[in-house]
Amino acid sequence: MSTATAPILRIENIYKSFGETRVLTGFSLTVQPQEVVVVVGPSGSGKSTLLRCINLLSPPDAGRIWLEEQEITAPGVNPDKVRQRIGMVFQDFNLFNHLTALGNVMIGLTKVRKMPKKEAYELAMFELERVGLVDRAHYYPAQLSGGQKQRVAIARALGMDPHIMLFDEPTSALDPELTGEVLEVMQQLAGEGMTMIVVSHEMGFARQVASRVVFMEGGVVVEEGTPAQMFEQPVHERTRAFLRKISDMDGNNR
Amino acid sequence: MDFAQNLVTTFNFILQGVGVTIGVTLVALAVGLVFGVTMAMARVYGNPLLQAIAAAYSVIIRAVPVVVIIFILFFVIARFVNLSPFWAGSLALGFTSGAYQSEIFRGAFRAVPSGQMIAARAIGMSKLQAIRSIILPQAVRLALPAWGNEATLVLKDSTLVFVVGVPEILRRAQQVSARTLEPFVAFSVAMLLYLVLTLLTTQILQWFERRYRLQM
Repeated sequence: MSTATAPILRIENIYKSFGETRVLTGFSLTVQPQEVVVVVGPSGSGKSTLLRCINLLSPPDAGRIWLEEQEITAPGVNPDKVRQRIGMVFQDFNLFNHLTALGNVMIGLTKVRKMPKKEAYELAMFELERVGLVDRAHYYPAQLSGGQKQRVAIARALGMDPHIMLFDEPTSALDPELTGEVLEVMQQLAGEGMTMIVVSHEMGFARQVASRVVFMEGGVVVEEGTPAQMFEQPVHERTRAFLRKISDMDGNNR
Repeated sequence: MDFAQNLVTTFNFILQGVGVTIGVTLVALAVGLVFGVTMAMARVYGNPLLQAIAAAYSVIIRAVPVVVIIFILFFVIARFVNLSPFWAGSLALGFTSGAYQSEIFRGAFRAVPSGQMIAARAIGMSKLQAIRSIILPQAVRLALPAWGNEATLVLKDSTLVFVVGVPEILRRAQQVSARTLEPFVAFSVAMLLYLVLTLLTTQILQWFERRYRLQM
């Protein structure tokens, strides 16, 4: 991974609290274009909050975030415009219940990107094809399996032509036999050069696809490195213990 | 023979009120829909001031008998604005229904899962866009069963515009009974017409309910 290029995302010392609960306590991370960063950490360590801070769904209390050349935490920045450049995929899919798979992908194109209907239809079909679901275009979310729902959600995010994609535990709500199809699509995206931040405990995916694994706990980065470093010879005892526990569970599940 | 003759005349006379009854009901439901959805949006997504205004509207209107509101519009407001009995009555019913519909839609907005708004914002929609394109279409579907009930209530409440002399079904039944001295025939016909209208309304709304059912 070349580090000469300008980072696509730079998170500098961000803080986020909900009432008395301090979730992020000085978190920093820099992501290069085309990197796939897998974020792991115990529950409550602030992983989901981190993603929501990045796309300003819940802006950080302090600290700064740059997306490409723009500081998106600066006053006066329109968060709606920022979010168009950041795709997000949720643990529980959040597909729009009243729209078909096609409608889910199209609505952002027509309402946000202001595309004409015909153009939006064609692009939406193309995105559904990317996730292998053209034949389900006219199905409603309730008629799709969990894995298919998540792939539609990925297509919906891709339709907005994001510069970076955030995945918040994309396979955690799926039955084990359905995680594969979602991970495959994500791997294919990574192969196409999409920059991705993935919160996930899919260790197989992390080993094969991640350029970097970040272990966070208590709202800060404890340790980060290549998958090889992190899995084979982590520096911190906490990282070692956590990854061993996760890998054991992973091994037992498969 | 005489009875049959009387029945036909009575029926024809009262039948002319059906259009007025439907007109009053449709205007009231439409006005109530606009008020109801707006007030519900103010209560669920508005700032504290808007929330307070919408809540006050709902509480006050629901505490006042409909006839009082009709009288206020007809005897007070109509002195300043040109309001026919039809419009005074229909608008009064509409404001009232708006308060009830705001409660229906408030519940429906709340019933849309919170992830829908988050996902809409995540693809770059503004809050207003998200409400319009994602939340409202689902809320309307969720509200349909309760809204259908409200529609039949408004249909029956349309009899109240009788007090300002709007010639709807009940008014005409009363007129005909005073003339023929056959209240049983007159009010039976009125009852039958309301029954048919109510059943028709229910059927139409059930068709919409089935057609636009939301699966989650």
